[in-house]
Amino acid sequence: MRREIPIAITFIVGTVFIIAYFIPHYPFNQFENWFNDWFAIVAAFAIWLGALNLLKISAIKIFLKKTDQLHAALIIISFLVMIFYGFYNGFSGIMANPPYSYRDPAPGINFSWLYDYVYSSLSATMFALLAFFVASASYRAFRARNFEATLLLVAGFLVMLGRVPVGDLITQWLPRDYQLSQLANWIMNILNTAGQRAIMIGIALGLVSTSLRIILGLERAYLGGD
Amino acid sequence: MKVKAFFLISAFVLSGFVSGFAQESAEPIPVENDSLTVAETPAPATDVVAKDTPNDAGGSITVTWDLSPDDTTKKIVTKYVVMRAEEGSDDFKEIGSQVAGKRSVTDNEVVDGVAYIYKVLATREILQDDAIIEVLSSPSEPVGPAKSTAQWFNMSRLNIFIGIIILCGAIIYYITAARGGKSFYIRKIAGIVEVENAVGRATEMGKAIYYVPGINDMDDVQTLASLTILGKVAEIAAQNDTRIDVPVSRSMVMVTAKEIVKESYSRAGRPEAHQDDQVRYLTDDQFGYAAAIDGLFVREKPATVFLIGAFFAESLIMAETGNSIGAIQIAGTAQPSQLPFFVAACDYTLIGEEMFAASAYLSREPKLLGSLKGQDLGKAVFLFAIVIGIILESFGIPVSNLFKVQ
Amino acid sequence: MRTREIIAFFALIALILLAKYVLPHPMQFSPTLSLIIIILLSLTFIIIGVLTLQGKFVERRIVFIYVGAALTLPFFMQIELEVPISPEVQSAYDQIESLNPGSKILAAFDYDPPSAPELQPMADAFMKYCFHKGIKVIIMGLWPQGPQQAGQSVEAAFEDDPALRDKIRYGVDYVNLGFQSGNEFVILRMGESFKAMFPADIYGTPYDSIPILRNVKNYSNIDYCMNFSAGKPGTQEWVQGAVDRFGLKLSAGNTAVQAPMIYPYLQAGQLDGLMGGMAGAAEFEKLTGYKDKATTFIKSQSFAHIVVIVFIIIGNMAFLRGKTERKVK
Repeated sequence: MRREIPIAITFIVGTVFIIAYFIPHYPFNQFENWFNDWFAIVAAFAIWLGALNLLKISAIKIFLKKTDQLHAALIIISFLVMIFYGFYNGFSGIMANPPYSYRDPAPGINFSWLYDYVYSSLSATMFALLAFFVASASYRAFRARNFEATLLLVAGFLVMLGRVPVGDLITQWLPRDYQLSQLANWIMNILNTAGQRAIMIGIALGLVSTSLRIILGLERAYLGGD
Repeated sequence: MKVKAFFLISAFVLSGFVSGFAQESAEPIPVENDSLTVAETPAPATDVVAKDTPNDAGGSITVTWDLSPDDTTKKIVTKYVVMRAEEGSDDFKEIGSQVAGKRSVTDNEVVDGVAYIYKVLATREILQDDAIIEVLSSPSEPVGPAKSTAQWFNMSRLNIFIGIIILCGAIIYYITAARGGKSFYIRKIAGIVEVENAVGRATEMGKAIYYVPGINDMDDVQTLASLTILGKVAEIAAQNDTRIDVPVSRSMVMVTAKEIVKESYSRAGRPEAHQDDQVRYLTDDQFGYAAAIDGLFVREKPATVFLIGAFFAESLIMAETGNSIGAIQIAGTAQPSQLPFFVAACDYTLIGEEMFAASAYLSREPKLLGSLKGQDLGKAVFLFAIVIGIILESFGIPVSNLFKVQ
Repeated sequence: MRTREIIAFFALIALILLAKYVLPHPMQFSPTLSLIIIILLSLTFIIIGVLTLQGKFVERRIVFIYVGAALTLPFFMQIELEVPISPEVQSAYDQIESLNPGSKILAAFDYDPPSAPELQPMADAFMKYCFHKGIKVIIMGLWPQGPQQAGQSVEAAFEDDPALRDKIRYGVDYVNLGFQSGNEFVILRMGESFKAMFPADIYGTPYDSIPILRNVKNYSNIDYCMNFSAGKPGTQEWVQGAVDRFGLKLSAGNTAVQAPMIYPYLQAGQLDGLMGGMAGAAEFEKLTGYKDKATTFIKSQSFAHIVVIVFIIIGNMAFLRGKTERKVK
């Protein structure tokens, strides 16, 4: 029964949701809302599972003096500091007159300071790494190995130059419709769109097929095995 | 007396000239507070229709109208105010308004089965110093009664219903055929063929395998597909006595992945080799997760990396870092925007539907292969429909509305 | 960490502190100096090309240094680049330009700080344009940090023209409804009732008490929608939910990575206009007349693209040479 009950639930819920998509009458029109609410509640409580797991593994690394215990200590300290200031500023804000939110960008609110000057900066830094990685990936991957690769290379050149003002600077002597920016737009609007659509259609069909397999109970790996 | 009449008549004539040279925009026209000039009331809206909003859960009536002639020509209409009263009552209340140039309002505060009467007021607001000093409006003829009802089938989605019947019917047909013993061919998918070699490489080098199942939660089919592949990869790793680590971004994915890896080790006959910390939660935050994964890659230096699931901007960061440590990388995602990054940075990439087909490919179970066949038939039908649609549209026969999704 | 990496790290910090506290501000290279720098960098490319042909391949960290230089040096160079306007950005601008003063536009801020470098400039230009034109803005977000980014756009508009601080009134000319979780569900519910999803604004003021929201029940009561999106939920969900189901008119600004996925919707007419990445932001700034960060940043992007292209050419030169040698053997 350990497997049969989840498979039955999956089948019933999956079928009901498919049917509900076509039936606007109450209560079918509310299923999606109820499900989203329940999922948000379950996910919110489930966060504690992950957080406690993270703390447990980090603590074990520190106690057993493993190689990356410094990183583990940093995780625990950061975790506790953010929680402390979140609660502290939250309660202070509720008790203040007039009340303020711990997310208000007012000076002196530590949580907001940590968000703006630590979290936002670190997130932006990680995102900025993409610029460098794109360069190194392009340098390594864009080789004219065969006809298709050469085609990709040329298209990449045209779009990279056409999407910045330098492209038109180079081709300003050509008629407007033949300048690099127009060529890049044509590649994006026509060639890229066609390719994206084809991939999206394939993905959508794959999604339907996989979802149907899960609903019918043919795909059971997510339960922990066949 | 004659002088007073002369001034009154002149005022009417002048007001006609003023309204004739009214501004282009639908803004309320500032008029001087001159008691001798009279602002013109706009003509009412015409062809007002009130009917039940179709394909909904009830409680809604849509009111449409044709624009007032003064809206399009003289542009003196500020807005259309929609009034409602129950049938048999004269107590009209405002239920909504629409700016000039628009021609419908949906009333979502009605009770099913109750008859309502509607009228539309073409309204002109006259401003002075940013304050409304006069409101002129002319009502349309009351229309109705209109009653709202809930529908049991959304007819606007009939095309999707037919599409689903065709696609699901094809899939179920081929699954049934597979159950009956029919075998189906599946082409080689390079990324999946190399899974065993990739795991073998990690075994030979004595290093770990890292499996990253994406950053979405269990409600994403990509994550489910990734966890299905994880089961197979973990089983091969267990058979080869190679450690597999699964750092995850979501708590529920962690719980599911723990079960899957544990089961895989049991199936491989190596339950004692399984360790609980193989699957661990890092963070929900996108770039925090990417930073953590990068740190693990650089410190642990795994020999094999699987990046399979839903990824966004962090995909290239992870893939490039994996490449920099010399790991063999097999990636797969159904995010079209991330595919180019994986193709450039990874050794093998499962593109979209190949990732969804991976479980069928790895297990070679006839029922799963049958579902792939059904999916392919669905693709053939859509391809045929696209070609026919292009031909018909090229000859001016509009068929695109048949495929509109609502 | 190896010693030389630690030294390089501290050297970088010293360089940044030097640039911030010792060097003159604002620091601008003269056009002659800018040209000399460009020529010198070009010469180093030739040297790298020659070395690569000799079999001495450049390390990835050298590529990173060149990309870093290409991104930072243009900030100090006095170079003007003419930004060509693409049809999709022109279309987005035309839609907003056609709105009358007093029209209400729903601005959905669906991004967070990491995507702000690309999306914040177009959001800033949008907000400045709306405020100056008298278009009323209803702000909301499907990402938690979205409304805060919108707040930064409002602040940017006020800093650009301090007179707006007195002229533009919160609650009358703009309102920030804040963030609501639920992704596509929020979009669909807003089609029936904004108030159901946002019973109060970001400060807790009840929906019905806010003047700008009077008579705004759902999408049929607003004139246009502008979406700034960095992923999911974002433009795709707005198109599938609001445009297809409720007929909402929509233009969008997306990150450069996201934009290619959105072109099909533009082609199909479901989207009126699209601003993609930094280039789209620079074009929009030019059209609205509020040239700011994107116009500056596009110079960096231009140089970075050239650097990437040069390295690709160098890499291919070595590859083709190696291929020729193998054929000869």
